Amino acid sequence: MAEVNNSSVIQLLADRFGAKISGVNEPYGLLTVETTKDVIIDVLKFLKETEGAGFAFLTDITAVHYPDTKHIAVVYHLHNMVNKIRIRVKVFIHEQTPSIPTATVLWNGANWMERETYDFFGVKFEGHPDLRRILNMDELNVHPMLKQYPLEDPNRVDKKDEYFGR
Amino acid sequence: MSDINIVDAPPGIEGSGFFATSLDKVIGLARSHSLWPLPFATSCCGIEFMATMGSHYDFGRFGSERLSFSPRQADLLMVMGTIAKKMSPVLKQVYLQMAEPRWVMAVGACASSGGIFDTYSVLQGIDEIIPVDVYVPGCPPRPEAILDGFGKIQELVKNESGRRRDSDQYKQMLASYGIE
Repeated sequence: MAEVNNSSVIQLLADRFGAKISGVNEPYGLLTVETTKDVIIDVLKFLKETEGAGFAFLTDITAVHYPDTKHIAVVYHLHNMVNKIRIRVKVFIHEQTPSIPTATVLWNGANWMERETYDFFGVKFEGHPDLRRILNMDELNVHPMLKQYPLEDPNRVDKKDEYFGR
Repeated sequence: MSDINIVDAPPGIEGSGFFATSLDKVIGLARSHSLWPLPFATSCCGIEFMATMGSHYDFGRFGSERLSFSPRQADLLMVMGTIAKKMSPVLKQVYLQMAEPRWVMAVGACASSGGIFDTYSVLQGIDEIIPVDVYVPGCPPRPEAILDGFGKIQELVKNESGRRRDSDQYKQMLASYGIE
């Protein structure tokens, strides 16, 4: 079996998806690629099931909010435990329409990861079997990791400037 | 032999073969030395409480040897640690399940005010949802501070009027927390 490394995986992805794969980078040796919302499940399925890629383990799904460019990046971390390499796949979606197909069709473990990402970033995972909040209280009416919210609880009164002589 | 301390009798009228005092004082004296605490320990203050329960500090000296892990039999709710907003209905239900008379002690900065966790997910002091009798400062407080707070609770228990829990003032206070 041929050796699986970052450059062989980049070559595999380029052959299969061409221009749909962009932003290939290897910060600190961690292979990072960007793709688009319409092919993300195909990319993940390809990475999981193709011989020569073999990223069978889904480490994490999370997101990053970029208020300056009005984007939310959904980030998938995959791990090939046989060849000991990892890959990070990013999909940039617009913050006004944060929806993306669910990865629960590939990994059942994606269920709670996507619920957490929905809870904190408001990303709607289309086709998710049970997309509810998982960590925050149900009554919370915001997605708190979006960067437009103040960090502190407005109910708190003991930090007013007058108490500190300011 | 160690020195054995026995609490003093409450003030009253003493004569040959009889001793008279008020019922409130006798009940308060008995209650204050047999409080059953319910530890609601969620973080590092709970570890300090475990030290308080240990042989070195020996919480049992004050009549609280027996922790009550059922709220039904508990007299004192000791809230020790950060209470997330998601936890607050649980804490309130535990308080509601306790029978009167009941006391509440907020141990540590988080239970008293939210502490360093000034954020959307953390309750900014348990007194937003339940009434609190004694606050113990510290992050976390030393076992001595917890014992001192417990002493304050004992003083409250000793001096409480037997009719306080039936008073309009008390009922209004509960109603302000949405408790019937």
